Amino acid sequence: MKFEHTILTLFFVLVAAFAIWQSLNDPEKLAGRVYVKQVAGEWVPADEIDRKAGIAEVSLSRSIGLWVGAFFTMFIFSFLYRDNPFYKMAEATVVGVSAGYVMVVGFWTTIIPNLLGKLTPGLIQQWAMPGLSPEQAPGAWVYIFPLVLGIMLMMRLVPKVSWISVWPLAFIIGTTAGLRMVAFLEADFLSQIENSIVPFVVLDKTNSIDYWQSFQNIFLVVSILACLVYFFFSIEHKGAVGKVSRFGIWILMITFGAMFGMTVMGRIALLAIRLEFLFRDWLNLHL
Amino acid sequence: MGIAVIEKLANLDRRWIFLLMFLAVSIPILLELEFPEKPTKLARDVFDEIEKLQPGDKVLLAFDYDPASEGELGPMATSFILHCANKKLKMYFLSLFPVGPQMVEDGITKVILTDFPDLVYGEDYVNLGYKPGYEGVIKVIMTDLRELYTTDARGQNIDQIPMCQDVESIQDMKLILNVSAGYPGSKEWVQYGVTAYPDKIAMVAGVTGVQAPYMYPYVPKQLKGLLGAIKGAAEYETLVNEKYVKGEPKPEYREGVRRMGPQLVAHLLMIFLILAGNILYFLQKRIQRL
Repeated sequence: MKFEHTILTLFFVLVAAFAIWQSLNDPEKLAGRVYVKQVAGEWVPADEIDRKAGIAEVSLSRSIGLWVGAFFTMFIFSFLYRDNPFYKMAEATVVGVSAGYVMVVGFWTTIIPNLLGKLTPGLIQQWAMPGLSPEQAPGAWVYIFPLVLGIMLMMRLVPKVSWISVWPLAFIIGTTAGLRMVAFLEADFLSQIENSIVPFVVLDKTNSIDYWQSFQNIFLVVSILACLVYFFFSIEHKGAVGKVSRFGIWILMITFGAMFGMTVMGRIALLAIRLEFLFRDWLNLHL
Repeated sequence: MGIAVIEKLANLDRRWIFLLMFLAVSIPILLELEFPEKPTKLARDVFDEIEKLQPGDKVLLAFDYDPASEGELGPMATSFILHCANKKLKMYFLSLFPVGPQMVEDGITKVILTDFPDLVYGEDYVNLGYKPGYEGVIKVIMTDLRELYTTDARGQNIDQIPMCQDVESIQDMKLILNVSAGYPGSKEWVQYGVTAYPDKIAMVAGVTGVQAPYMYPYVPKQLKGLLGAIKGAAEYETLVNEKYVKGEPKPEYREGVRRMGPQLVAHLLMIFLILAGNILYFLQKRIQRL
């Protein structure tokens, strides 16, 4: 066993020992346990008031889930120290479970109700979805086309006839490209030009000049034009054009800085929720 | 500062930085540090847009996120449900993410089942579940909901659900409240929903920090309000709690504000590290010149 593997194993054993000790000695009896209560026939998480009222009970299955979640969180974090078997196991589990989950969900939310449920509603109602209407909608025969295209796509798994899958793929790419082009032109290109056409002098309710809003509008338009000049390479960036282009770079850099700041904020929030989970939900630690 | 120290700091093992960040985030969590939030215009716009609605108005809550973004988006989703439940709006949940329906169920459990037990499934709220197809789903349900949604997430026929009987398409909704982690999400709802039907569809959104800079250009014409990252969540949460929660809000309703404590300390650390990195860089350059 490599040195770092020994270190990590020892770390996880110590954490497990501490977690067990904390679960047994937690005065609030919260650490390592999940309490639930029954509301309208459904089991939902219980809070402190429910526990005091005596209507909450420990859920064994959810408590096991809590411990598994805690250790998997630490396994993933262990990658920050070095790549190791614990991380690889957690990663492989996440990938496998996600792939399986998406496949099953896709089958039961689309293939069954939206394809087979349209073509043979009576059969699907009897076999799989009692809530589905057994009557076939008029014009439902058109769903034969997606069925055929779907089967053609599956031909990718048969090497000898894998070329058949290119046809439905072409259909998917063509329709997606068409959809996206129209949406982009409307929502981003034209609408954004429209959004940039703003008054340089803004009047408030009392008909006096709103200087702050006017400055914002002027700055917006000047910044857009400067950024566009930076990306205009048909003229050499010298003299006045060079100066405007330089201003454009500054605007772009400030934008990238703001984007980086937002990304940092997002990542810290993700770290915070995992640590909250470990310290509060799992170990019930407070300083 | 000695040359050896500068060289050592410049080549510092990055795992020390990870440890510092771990401490910067974990200590405020353990100390339960919280700071007051002053809502900005964008968060207030989101709040006001929902406030304008009347009891019984239909709203679509599109929760396009999964557990990977729960830290940022969970508090927004909770506050959206809490706000809508207090306003007695008809809530139609759906998701374009495979794990989205679980996020919807979590929100329903956390808010509706716990604090609004009088609300009835199928009459006051419904979970329409997940549909694959990315923006294609939005494009279709904008004109015909039943083309894709024949049942809800529980397998119940949509025509047998009372609150769905008079809904033809998403155009029947007074407002779309979108919580988005990426693709497909807010951008697609704006492109295929709001922009395509500007007179019929209004939308507010809560998005991740990564996504927020791409969404700001849509405000205010294509997006009525925007909650960017955990900061936006904390601001909106404050507005909802101030108006609708009597006394001290439950921990579930303060997740956004609570997560701003670690944010502050971690951001201070980041600023320190950026400054230190730059100072070291210039000191190294100076040493090389000598």
